[in-house]
Parts: sequence; structure tokens; C-alpha cells
Amino acid sequence: MTETAIVNGLTIIFISLGVIFSLVTALGLIRLPDVYTRSHASSKSATLGVLGILAGTFIYFWLAEGHMNSRLILAIIFLFVTSPLSGHLIGRSAYISGVQPTDLTEHDALKQVIAEKKRKQ
Amino acid sequence: MILFFWISLILVSLSVIGLLIRLIKGPSVPDRVVALDAIGISLVSIVALLSLIFETEFFLEVILLMSILAFIGTAAFAKFLERGEVFDRNSDR
Repeated sequence: MTETAIVNGLTIIFISLGVIFSLVTALGLIRLPDVYTRSHASSKSATLGVLGILAGTFIYFWLAEGHMNSRLILAIIFLFVTSPLSGHLIGRSAYISGVQPTDLTEHDALKQVIAEKKRKQ
Repeated sequence: MILFFWISLILVSLSVIGLLIRLIKGPSVPDRVVALDAIGISLVSIVALLSLIFETEFFLEVILLMSILAFIGTAAFAKFLERGEVFDRNSDR
């Protein structure tokens, strides 16, 4: 009786964290003013949200149903590596293809480097 | 427990609807690519919640495949936006 309560509690904690971070992702992508801030919201909190939901799924299948699924661990590691990487790729390609940051930006450290590189070519 | 899984599935679907708004009205192309990447990652969690609801573990094969496809699609879009083509021969940058 208490074992099932502990398992259900762990699953509910992890999945609730994941769902909250997924909602924060949607809120950030709607409200934030700029590609770069939006990619920051997407890459960080979407990663944490899907990590929470996958960890809850893994714990539920392992402790309540009784079979450990190693592919879920592999998916967690893969998403943890590649999701911030795709955020970085999109931010870089947006800057090089000429998307302007918002007017609230105070310091643009990459502007001089890109201008010098274009002048050298 | 099933009720909790249904509620979290509905909330994740609501967040996917919010991402669809950004996908439709995004002012620039990288906005849309960011929204598409986030939709792909949210679909992974929807598949995990569906496998919890139906109490089967056969859906879990799909999770790894969908995460790999989302990453490859985002990387291809980024390369296309940066250089204007996906596959090219000279790699000086």
C-alpha cells in the first residue's frame, strides 16, 4: 500500500514539473519580444519539461509495472545533449541571416566581429 | 492516476496550441523554426503521456525516433538559413 503511494507520488512530482515547464515554454514563446529571447525560452525550459515527463514515465514503468526501459534513458540523454545545441544553431543562423534584435537590447558584442569578418572577405 | 495523466495531457496540448500561435504569426523565419522545434519536443512528451494512459510500452520506440527527427530538421533549417543551401562542398566557415 505504501509502496504504491510512494511510486505514485514520485511520478506525480516529476510529471507535474514537466507540465509546468512546458506551459512556461509556451508562455515564453508567446510573450517574449525577440528571436534570441524566444530561442532561450524554448531551448532551456522545453528541455527541462520533456526531461521531467520522460523521467516520470520511466519511474512509473519501472516501479509500478515492473519492466525497466533503457530506451527512455537513451532518449533523455539525447534530448539533454541536442536541444540546447539546436537552440544555439538557430540563434547563430538568425544573427548571420540578418534578424535584428529588439530595441531593448543594450549591448551587442557580436556586431563588430561580424562586420570585421564581412570586411575581410 | 489515469485522471492525472489525462489532465497533464490536456495541459501539454494547450502549450502546443500556444506554440502554434507563434508558428503562424511569427514575424521572421527563425521564429517559426524555434516554434517548430519546441512543437517537436512537446510531441515527444505527448507520446510519453499517451503510453502512460494506454499502459503500453510499445509507444516508447517512437520517442527516440521523434527526438532524432526534430534535431535533424532544426539543424537542416539552421544551415539553410545561414548559407542558402543545405548540402555544399566548401566548408570554410
